[in-house]
Amino acid sequence: MAEIVIRNLRKEFGGFTAVKESSFTIADGEFFMLLGPSGCGKTTTLRMIAGLELPTSGQILLDGKDVANMRASARDIAFVFQMFALYPHLNVRRNISYPLVSQGVPRAEIKARVAEIARILGIEPILDRPVGGLSAGDRQRVALGRAIVRRPKAFLMDEPLGALDAEFRERMAEELRALHDRMGATTVYVTHDQLEAMQMGDKIVVMNHGVVEQWGTPQDIYDEPATLFVAEFIGSPPMNFLRFDEAIPEGATTVRLSGVEIAVPRTKQATTGSKSVLGVRPEHVRLDDAAPYRGVVVAAEYLGTTQIVTLDTPSGLVKARVASSLAVRTGETVGLSFTTPTLSLFDAASGRALAVERPMLRQAQRREAAHG
Amino acid sequence: MNHSVTEPSRLQKWFAGTLVVIYALVTIMPLTWIIATGFKSPADAIAYPPKLVYEPTLEGYVNLFTTRSRATPETLAQLGPPQTWYDRIVRQYDMVISGPSRYGERFLNSVIIGFGSTFLSIFLGTLAAYAFSRFRVPLKDDLMFFILSTRMMPPIAVAIPIFLMFRQLGLSDTHLGMILLYTAVNLSLSVWLLKGFIDEIPVEYEEAALIDGYTRFQAFYKVVLPQATTGIASTAIFCLIFAWNEYAFAVLLTSGTAQTAPPFIPTIIGVGKDWPAVAAGATLFLVPVMVFTILLRKHLLRGITFGAVRK
Repeated sequence: MAEIVIRNLRKEFGGFTAVKESSFTIADGEFFMLLGPSGCGKTTTLRMIAGLELPTSGQILLDGKDVANMRASARDIAFVFQMFALYPHLNVRRNISYPLVSQGVPRAEIKARVAEIARILGIEPILDRPVGGLSAGDRQRVALGRAIVRRPKAFLMDEPLGALDAEFRERMAEELRALHDRMGATTVYVTHDQLEAMQMGDKIVVMNHGVVEQWGTPQDIYDEPATLFVAEFIGSPPMNFLRFDEAIPEGATTVRLSGVEIAVPRTKQATTGSKSVLGVRPEHVRLDDAAPYRGVVVAAEYLGTTQIVTLDTPSGLVKARVASSLAVRTGETVGLSFTTPTLSLFDAASGRALAVERPMLRQAQRREAAHG
Repeated sequence: MNHSVTEPSRLQKWFAGTLVVIYALVTIMPLTWIIATGFKSPADAIAYPPKLVYEPTLEGYVNLFTTRSRATPETLAQLGPPQTWYDRIVRQYDMVISGPSRYGERFLNSVIIGFGSTFLSIFLGTLAAYAFSRFRVPLKDDLMFFILSTRMMPPIAVAIPIFLMFRQLGLSDTHLGMILLYTAVNLSLSVWLLKGFIDEIPVEYEEAALIDGYTRFQAFYKVVLPQATTGIASTAIFCLIFAWNEYAFAVLLTSGTAQTAPPFIPTIIGVGKDWPAVAAGATLFLVPVMVFTILLRKHLLRGITFGAVRK
């Protein structure tokens, strides 16, 4: 098991830069998610860690040793492909034992290790079947088996659940996480599905256009997005952006939205330009008849325990997640109030969040949870 | 909307079946005629109207494999009665067998040159196709077009330059020369066909093998080759058929040591209008390609429809 440090990693394909100077650290035993939209460079980053692509510049430290230019077979890393890439001419048993054969492991030991893996994954009955006729779930398990059997330093997974249907994905995601917890192996997992990333990951790196936008725990990324991109990419529905033409000075505790004062966490930074953005998650918007900031109800989406209410405000459309017991009528004008410690502020020019003080964040979240 | 293909009606099936049968009859007709002629006597072979019912004889095959000379009655008397069935056939014409013919050698030449050039075309073609399919080769498209362009004129158009080159290099009438020549002609076909097949094999299989601890070359022959067998088999059939049947270059460049069967067979006819021997030679000449094709038939059918269905 190993720690992986990515330092100033860069990859160019001809004139196109797929990954621009990325740096992050994957701690030993972590379930690490590389998240981003397609074409953001996450798969290229993963392939560089695996040794399937050579970086243009930068370092990949595997347990302190730079492996950036070593061949894949010398890195002792396992890879699970999106389409599984099981060897179609071999049966399940031979697929799983293939990496051991290349290492010259004695036959008796191969047999024992394959049997052990088959027991862990529950695929003993299909060991002697050809891989062609297997269900997607079983193929996935065989692919995992082939990765696990080597006891590598780290597992790399490229959207391993992407080829499964929605129902089965859920189950496989749980299995995968349980397997990781049991083995404690460092795992790097690429996905474009923010829910999957939040659900399974210990840490998440969010990438966009070849740049690491943010790196942290799912909670950090959700509560304190570092950029407008992250704020919008994570969460469903995404964070509301209320744009206004005013600079925010350092130490500010309020901002003015269409003439209405809104309390915000105290800023530790000022905006560089004169345009700013107030970010608020739908669950932090409350409908409050007394509030001075007003909006008209445009639509309500019923989701069981909650509903998403879309409001037309002077700063554009805002979505609020409120209890479904609350009666709202379209066309009605209501007041909006926001949970101050949870708000985010962004510099519209750079797209980056302003550093703020949030001493009350966790309390505010607990209070909200208690109210439902 | 329903995308499924509708089941053909009985009439359509009957019509399609009839067409196939007619087509098969038309193509099989000359073949059966050749095979039948091989078992006729020289007189029956040129009888008019053609004889459909005749007494089969192995005379053609005996004549194909032997050289014979006319013997005087005294010599024949000295030899006594014929010892074997083929002696008996020859004696009818007051002839004796003076030795084997050259058909065996020519046939062997065809086997060596045909299979040799097929092996070489496939070997080089697979490596080139793999490189074109997987690596960033500078000017890849231009090179592929250049390779194909060697097929854009009939090969015989360059017969004279090749003849002169072969004479300079001492390759005229050698096995090596003919193998190289047929390989050169077949290589463009094999590179293009095999590249298509290898393109269809997902690159993830090799990447999985690389990660599993194999070298690039091991990944190629342990993972890619087993999956390319279909493509290799069908390409091999096409290459062999060309090299086996090639006539023009064989006439021009071979005369003795390395002469293949196609230019030799017509010479059997000699002065005696020995059509049955010619037909026998052609019949035997068909056998290796037919056996090869039948052995690889399963792959050939799969190869032609390869990639049509997503697996």
